[in-house]
Amino acid sequence: MRVPISEQDPLVRAGNFDEVCLGYTEEEAVAEASRCLNCKVPMCVKGCPVGVDIPGFIAALKDNDIPEAYARLSKCTTLPAVCGRVCPQETQCESKCVKGIKDDAIAIGKLERYVADKARAAGIKPASSAAPNGHKVAVVGSGPSGLTCAGDLAKLGYEVTIFEALHEAGGVLTYGIPEFRLPKEKVVKPEIDNLKKLGVKIETNVIVGKSVTIDSLMEDEGFEAVFIGSGAGLPMFMNIPGENAKGVFSANEFLTRNNLMKAFTEDSDTPIYKPARVAVVGGGNVAMDAARTALRLGSAVTIIYRRSEEELPARKEEVHHAKEEGIIFEMLTNPVEILVNENHFVSGIKCVRMELGEPDQSGRRRPVPVEGSEFVIETDAVIMALGTSPNPLIASTTPGLETNKRRCIVAEEEFGKTSKEGVFAGGDAVTGAATVILAMGAGKAAAKGIDAYIKGKES
Amino acid sequence: MYLIKRKSILSDTIFLMEVVAPRVAKNCQPGQFVIIRVDENGERIPLTICDYDREEGIITIVTQTMGATTSKMMQLKEGEYLHDFAGPLGRPSDLITDDFEEVRKKKILFVAGGLGTAPVYPQVKWLHEHGIAADVIIGAKTKDLIIYENEMRAVAGNVYVTTDDGSYGRKGLVTQVISDLVENEGKKYDLCVSIGPMIMMKFCTLTTKKYGIPTIVSMNPIMVDGTGMCGACRLTVGDEVKFACIDGPEFDGFKVNFDEAMERMSLYRTEEGRALLRFREGATHHGGCGNCDGGDK
Repeated sequence: MRVPISEQDPLVRAGNFDEVCLGYTEEEAVAEASRCLNCKVPMCVKGCPVGVDIPGFIAALKDNDIPEAYARLSKCTTLPAVCGRVCPQETQCESKCVKGIKDDAIAIGKLERYVADKARAAGIKPASSAAPNGHKVAVVGSGPSGLTCAGDLAKLGYEVTIFEALHEAGGVLTYGIPEFRLPKEKVVKPEIDNLKKLGVKIETNVIVGKSVTIDSLMEDEGFEAVFIGSGAGLPMFMNIPGENAKGVFSANEFLTRNNLMKAFTEDSDTPIYKPARVAVVGGGNVAMDAARTALRLGSAVTIIYRRSEEELPARKEEVHHAKEEGIIFEMLTNPVEILVNENHFVSGIKCVRMELGEPDQSGRRRPVPVEGSEFVIETDAVIMALGTSPNPLIASTTPGLETNKRRCIVAEEEFGKTSKEGVFAGGDAVTGAATVILAMGAGKAAAKGIDAYIKGKES
Repeated sequence: MYLIKRKSILSDTIFLMEVVAPRVAKNCQPGQFVIIRVDENGERIPLTICDYDREEGIITIVTQTMGATTSKMMQLKEGEYLHDFAGPLGRPSDLITDDFEEVRKKKILFVAGGLGTAPVYPQVKWLHEHGIAADVIIGAKTKDLIIYENEMRAVAGNVYVTTDDGSYGRKGLVTQVISDLVENEGKKYDLCVSIGPMIMMKFCTLTTKKYGIPTIVSMNPIMVDGTGMCGACRLTVGDEVKFACIDGPEFDGFKVNFDEAMERMSLYRTEEGRALLRFREGATHHGGCGNCDGGDK
């Protein structure tokens, strides 16, 4: 049996932004680590997009050797405290764990965060960089893919500058994922600081495609290669009547106001809408984050999703947490109109019931409206968490950079190579909205690609 | 951090800042905007670029104290810094990107309202530098709020000043001046560019539509990131939803749904008022009125 982990009481945490999961104590962590069989052929590593040396760091943890465990971790990943918190381990490393066949899989994610948190508290530095090799690389975007690519290149001795459009580094880790899942001061900032200690420079308020172009970075500023990790892009809406009423937001806007701009704190000048009732449309992790944020700001929250609970794309843990906190789930429900009061504020959302038909292209059963099933959910605000479409800013200002039908940047999976020489890409800008760890995997692959490209040019 | 190299007070509430931002100055064009933050707790607010000096790396912005952020900004002095300054954002004005030969054939009228006079200036100046003299109507509530008049006269063809109360120039709204020029003074225009408060732009387009003068407006809705990520700035233009930050800020004024845009602007009115009170009254604001959550209630 897996060692259980303590969490804030659901009713208490529904009213604060402190982290939900409290993490293992030393005894618990060592006990959980000791369950690891240290397999000769570790399947868990195969399940990890960045190939973390999982048995290695767990073996050191069994002896409570935090410096060694952290050294083994940080050799493979720049963001262990982040990954330990937000990776979907249940479908990756932990799903492959042999222990999980007859018993519970090892709590790899929780152990990873334990080691990273302990190391940070003890002031242990990440593995240091190689001597400078004199080559300059630019990274566009300081989200998970950009940070990973920058970190790996810095460790190899490259002089890396990250260009970030917003005023703070971190990308989705900063603007998107809320404090209660991923604390900013305690976890995100220190991991970014670790990167700076490796020599990575971060220039904020630079919008590549506007403040500077990829071509000018390469031609005028001496960057030999560029990695584009610019993220997901523009929020999608449903194009139903009433969608521009006051009180309809994209999840991106709502989360950015709360997380990046810290609207939940007293000191912030940024306003956020806190009505009595909020409806969130969508079923992914972003929908869960938006719903749980609205709840913490004091609203009663309903999640509306057009398929059934089984198809919810969000992590099981997030759905479970949301339910525990008192969020209502209206499954097999699809909005058709947003109702508006005489002051042009949202007053409700008209929906239809859905039933599942034949499987569609994604293999999931297609939801079909049930005729005559219209009903109204009364609400004061609607948050649309329907995914994103790529931001055309970089593609449209970079001649020779190929995009696909969905307007994502085309990049080879193995090393992130694009159609333009010296330009690599990865993360959501290539795949469309996906996960932190997949973006990190792409950043890591591109770092290898960039290293090979620059060394290839030299010889 | 971005140095305020020069600050000048244009009226009681309107002020100008020259800010050192070399990357913005190098790449900006008339019509584009920046997003600024005053301090580390500051809101991100969009401001249209009013002038630029590529060699010195300086951007000029003009703003008016309206809420907490702009009031804080007003208190900053020369030699102090803005915390953040990002740009250039949005598309350059069509005048700059359209076929120049086509632009040159046009007789252009700018209609500037209040603070909107400042972002009209770089467009008129750009045209002047390219040998085109555009006419400009500058309107404001009262004499004190007329800005950029001399600068404008130096680069424009005819400049017509009007005030609502008649304290300076003509008396009446900008729409009246448009009508006077077209109906009584024999002027013909092929294009109008209107920048100012939404209500003014709305009535400006209603007037120019009457005379069949295609009209471009510069929209200034609520924004957060300014790069397309949040969708707060969405507008209905024709039968499409557009994001002002990446599809604009300039749009075909005949197609913009101004009523919806003005409603959307008022979303945070209560919260903004509270923030301004907190800022103005500081520790003396105790929220005792029961109407707000300020102070130590």
